[in-house]
This record gives sequence, structure tokens and C-alpha cells, in this order.
Amino acid sequence: MQLQTQTRPKILSVIVMEDRIDAASAIQFKEKMRDLTQTGDQRVVLDLSRVMFLDSSGLGAIVAVKKLLGPDRMLELAGLTPTVKKVFRLTRMDTIFTIHSTHSDALSHDTAS
Amino acid sequence: MIPPAKHDPPRMTFQCRVGTNVFAVREALLAMTRTAPLADLHPDRRDLAEIVLAEVLNNVAEHAYAGGPGDITVTLSQVRDRLWCVVTDRGRVMPQGQLPPGTLPATAGVQLADLPEGGFGWHVIRSLTADLNYTRDQDQNRLSFLI
Repeated sequence: MQLQTQTRPKILSVIVMEDRIDAASAIQFKEKMRDLTQTGDQRVVLDLSRVMFLDSSGLGAIVAVKKLLGPDRMLELAGLTPTVKKVFRLTRMDTIFTIHSTHSDALSHDTAS
Repeated sequence: MIPPAKHDPPRMTFQCRVGTNVFAVREALLAMTRTAPLADLHPDRRDLAEIVLAEVLNNVAEHAYAGGPGDITVTLSQVRDRLWCVVTDRGRVMPQGQLPPGTLPATAGVQLADLPEGGFGWHVIRSLTADLNYTRDQDQNRLSFLI
């Protein structure tokens, strides 16, 4: 599970470099996200634009990361591909995340915080 | 329930055996999506089929076989522009001998710490399939559905 990070004063961007977050990689994804977000207090933007496939285990891992970050640190999502968007919509998980259409859209909201 | 009438053209069928762990399931999904009939579906339907098959196969591995060894057999057939799927295994019977209702866990008004991290699978399967049918015969589970 390869994740790339970009750190800005108010935003930590995590770009998922894999084309799937599935049952086989969900635990690793969650653990790497925990490591990457252990320090710092910025909003976290998760760029999913390379992820073509997400199953319910992968979805559960993303929810788990949101919970790990706690109530004071936002996890926002960006760049959902159509299939991934469909999974979020079907499970109504699109209602608990702020979802930006692209990573740069997410960055442009920087001033809001 | 399909299968289709006799006058339908011969159908492309793909059958494979899948191991009962998440890595075997992933390998099988990748093989299926590269091969007819799944590979020949419209890309939107193909993506939905992969999601459904992932949920079904991981459920069998995790619950019917409880992480232990076993075999899952998947048979995919093209029915016009859709995909007819039959999944069999010899793991444990479904609870109460029937399919879970697939009720979506609540999210509205739920505290952060209580947000669900699972329990989505059967809702996803039920939402994306038609003619979903489960039978237990002797020691075999058989799940069939149309995507």
C-alpha cells in the first residue's frame, strides 16, 4: 500500500498510489494512515483519484481513519472515481464526509479553516 | 429467476475456483475482470459486478469458511447485456438458513466513535443485483444473482 504525502501549514494531503483499497489491503491502509497522521493537527485530505476499486472493507478502513483522527481533525476526500463514488453513495457514507471533486478543489478550501 | 429461455444464443461462461482468503479473492477478481464474459460487459456494469463479487466472495471466505480452508466456485454467464452469477461453497450454512436482510447501519445522528466500519456488504449486494437467490442443498451453499 503506497501512500504519498504533501504537507502544507493547514493541510496534510495523502495521495493513495494504488488502484484498489480492498479486503486484502484495508488493514495496511488503516495502519499506514495512522502512522502518517500521528503527528500534526492539519486537516487531512485523502486523494482517491487513482483508486478504481473500493469494497466494503476498504470503505470501513476509511471510516476507521476518520474515527482515529478524532472530532477535532477533519478527514476530507477528493477525486472519487465513479465506482468509488457509487460505493459511498450506496452506503450513505457520502453523508459523513466532506467530498471534493478534485485534490486542488480541496486545497482551495484552505482559507475556510 | 433466470437462466434464460432455450432460444437465447449460446452463452459465454467462465468458471473458476477461489481460495478462501482476501488475497485469493483479489486474484480471482482480477482474473475474472480480464476474462469474458465479465471483461465484455459495459464498463459501468463490469465495475458493479466486481464490487458485488468481491462482497460475496469475501463473505464466503470470512463467514462460511470462517477464515479456514475451502473452495468457492464461481460461474459467470453472459445473459444478453447482463451477467448471471452462481457462487457455490461447502462452508457453513447462512444464519437461519437464509440471506441476511442487508439493513444499512445507521449513520445519521451517530457519534463519530460509533460510526459503522462494516455491515455494508449485504446492502451493497442486494442493491446491485436482481433475482438474488440462496439455497442450501446437502452441504453446499448456492447463491445466484443477476447483475
